[in-house]
Amino acid sequence: MAVAFDEMNGPGSDVRPAYQELSRWLAETPPDALEYRRQEAELLFRRIGITFAVYGDAEAQERLIPFDVIPRIISAKEWAILEKGLKQRVRALNMFLRDIYHGRDVLRANIIPDDLIFQNPVFRPEMNGQDVPHDVYVHIAGIDIVRVDPENFYVLEDNARTPSGVSYMLENREIMMRLFPDLFARHRVAPVEKYPDELLSALRSVAPLSAAAEPTVALMTPGVYNSAYYEHSFLADKLGIELVEGRDLIVKNDEVFMRTTEGLKRVDVIYRRVDDDYLDPLTFRPDSALGVPGLMSAYAAGNVTLANAVGTGIADDKAVYSYMPDIVKFYLGEEPILKNVPTWRCREPKDLAYVLDNLGELVVKEVHGSGGYGMLIGPAATKATIEAFRDKLKREPEGFIAQPTLALSTCPTCVESGLAPRHVDLRPFVLTGSNHVTIVPGGLTRVALKEGSLVVNSSQGGGTKDTWILDE
Amino acid sequence: MLSRTAENLYWLARYVERAEYLARTIEATLRVTALPNTYVGKTNEWDSALLTAGVSASFYQIHEEANERNVVDYLSFAPENPSSIRNCIENARLNSRSVRTALTSEMWDTINSAWIDLQEVWGKGTKSREELTKFLRFVQETSLRFDGSAYRTMLRNDAYWFSRLGLHLERADNTARILDVKYHVLLPEEEHVGGPLDYYQWTSILRSVSALTAYHWVYRETLKPWLIADLLILNDSLPRSLASCYGNLVRNLDQIGVAYGRQGPSQRHARGVRNRLEHSHMDDIFQHGVHEFIQEFISDNARLGEIITKQYLV
Repeated sequence: MAVAFDEMNGPGSDVRPAYQELSRWLAETPPDALEYRRQEAELLFRRIGITFAVYGDAEAQERLIPFDVIPRIISAKEWAILEKGLKQRVRALNMFLRDIYHGRDVLRANIIPDDLIFQNPVFRPEMNGQDVPHDVYVHIAGIDIVRVDPENFYVLEDNARTPSGVSYMLENREIMMRLFPDLFARHRVAPVEKYPDELLSALRSVAPLSAAAEPTVALMTPGVYNSAYYEHSFLADKLGIELVEGRDLIVKNDEVFMRTTEGLKRVDVIYRRVDDDYLDPLTFRPDSALGVPGLMSAYAAGNVTLANAVGTGIADDKAVYSYMPDIVKFYLGEEPILKNVPTWRCREPKDLAYVLDNLGELVVKEVHGSGGYGMLIGPAATKATIEAFRDKLKREPEGFIAQPTLALSTCPTCVESGLAPRHVDLRPFVLTGSNHVTIVPGGLTRVALKEGSLVVNSSQGGGTKDTWILDE
Repeated sequence: MLSRTAENLYWLARYVERAEYLARTIEATLRVTALPNTYVGKTNEWDSALLTAGVSASFYQIHEEANERNVVDYLSFAPENPSSIRNCIENARLNSRSVRTALTSEMWDTINSAWIDLQEVWGKGTKSREELTKFLRFVQETSLRFDGSAYRTMLRNDAYWFSRLGLHLERADNTARILDVKYHVLLPEEEHVGGPLDYYQWTSILRSVSALTAYHWVYRETLKPWLIADLLILNDSLPRSLASCYGNLVRNLDQIGVAYGRQGPSQRHARGVRNRLEHSHMDDIFQHGVHEFIQEFISDNARLGEIITKQYLV
């Protein structure tokens, strides 16, 4: 694997311009001062209760995501490209979803094979012909971006269902501003604090026609045992909306109400952080206690807006991902600004043959997987793991895609031995309302804390960093 | 507000209040059992601690006899006792997480930091009386801090009132339970059978509701059992008396009624209990039987809890 591009030190011998001030500051600051601040940050996180749960780990029901105090810096010029590319991509995702559940031009034009949609478990036939307000399906998108050189940004993954992590973008910034006021004074960092307002206005803009002039928005959570519960309560608080669970909601005459101390109150927009499968036991999983019986029928009647819409999984499916450049061109008639990572679709025999021959160099992912589970990183895997994976792959090739092992860019990070480069990715959050797409300048930077590791997922030992977009 | 949010706030306040009350009970019992037998007689004070905590039956399902070690453990730490201090704190934290958005950051910080600090105690237990006393103090201080932050930082709206309802309902229940277990030492002189031994029982009762100093200020008298009963039942200047709790319950329910523009069964029921307390005299209560009076109060109070739940919380 090639030597990774370091975002501070660059490919040459000079510190890259965006990092010059930080680099000077790092040189002035003694390492134990950094360590002290790191501990302080950890204490703050614990006090505030910013924790997440790891499923199947009874010992550590609530864990902190390790926070690295060295910020990751992106220049205004780089951000401008990213912003443009992200907006373009999300626009295409929404048009694609509208098309898939209506006319299906994209299938008739043979851009994507039919069975990839119709045989796909995340395709929701319930959504066929169903209109959603302003044709917005993905109100909140988290697009995972990686880079391997100074010039290019690659989309690693589109998250169009219930992307999480935005609370870290906001809380990391709060904590950094508390711990390092001097460092902020030496930079011009674009603020991220407008995100809750932007989110609320996007959600209100897509209220159904039958809603009152002041629509009621609520955030629906699976409950306090969900791994992202902190984020749900944090966002509800920042938005000033009720945090509801399925049992707080009831459907009557195809309208959704929440049970309050003053009786039933109608809900117009639900920012739901519950997966499709668990929304309504009458439509989806009958064994689920998290959902609201009749919710889908209120949705079909157009009396409630769900954000994100039902059935968006078909747009962030990893097999569909590989067609994204064509999808962007098809709907917008533009060249995609953000690149796709080259992807072999194991469902295609030619690609499968190549993948099987090169398992040792590739990353193989489950089409429907997330959270970094169930994937093979060829260069880091043992022979036995690779062989076991080969069998799985042969049995069910359509369940997998493969990509080259990217040398993800690195950023300076506090580790035990001091400062060291560690691999990072970036998840900006793209909001789509009735007539606009917005992105606050920032995102969640995830960092793989283990030396050489490329897995940044928090469930697999990844940490986070504050992400600074410089405002020049 | 969401019914579930109101319910969580209500129970959050109840759990914190209960944890404090348990800590006080254990502290008072430690004190009275430290006295030589000649002063307090041979009653098993640990047994009555279990009774006042209302967990006697479940305790004796797993223990043969009540002693300091097993009762302190059962009331403080036992995971199998649903109302141990530990479970109260765990439940308070869980309820707080569920209603983060309805709590002020000061309230959340109090519960969350206490919960963090206590993880160590749950792991290691307390090794000495000194550590135990420190732990019991900490629990009481947590409750004070929580109550104080609620009082000083919460908006005066339904969220505040529901949390107060939980507090006063729990407090009334706790005071009534002590009276229920100890009523026999509070009987008027002529019926009284205990003698001087009871003096330390009386101080112990007053300590568990933090009213020993208050007693002297109110009555300017040496300890008289019927005055202690008067203080705990009828004197509405004592925050833990039944009368004071009901004064507050009626007020908070009225505030909710006004805000929602509607009165209901819980307002009526609370007013009924309050009126009975207001129009009672200790003489009559003694005449009709303290025990019966208290028993009736406990079931009325539990009934109010049910009515509030039905009217607002589900």
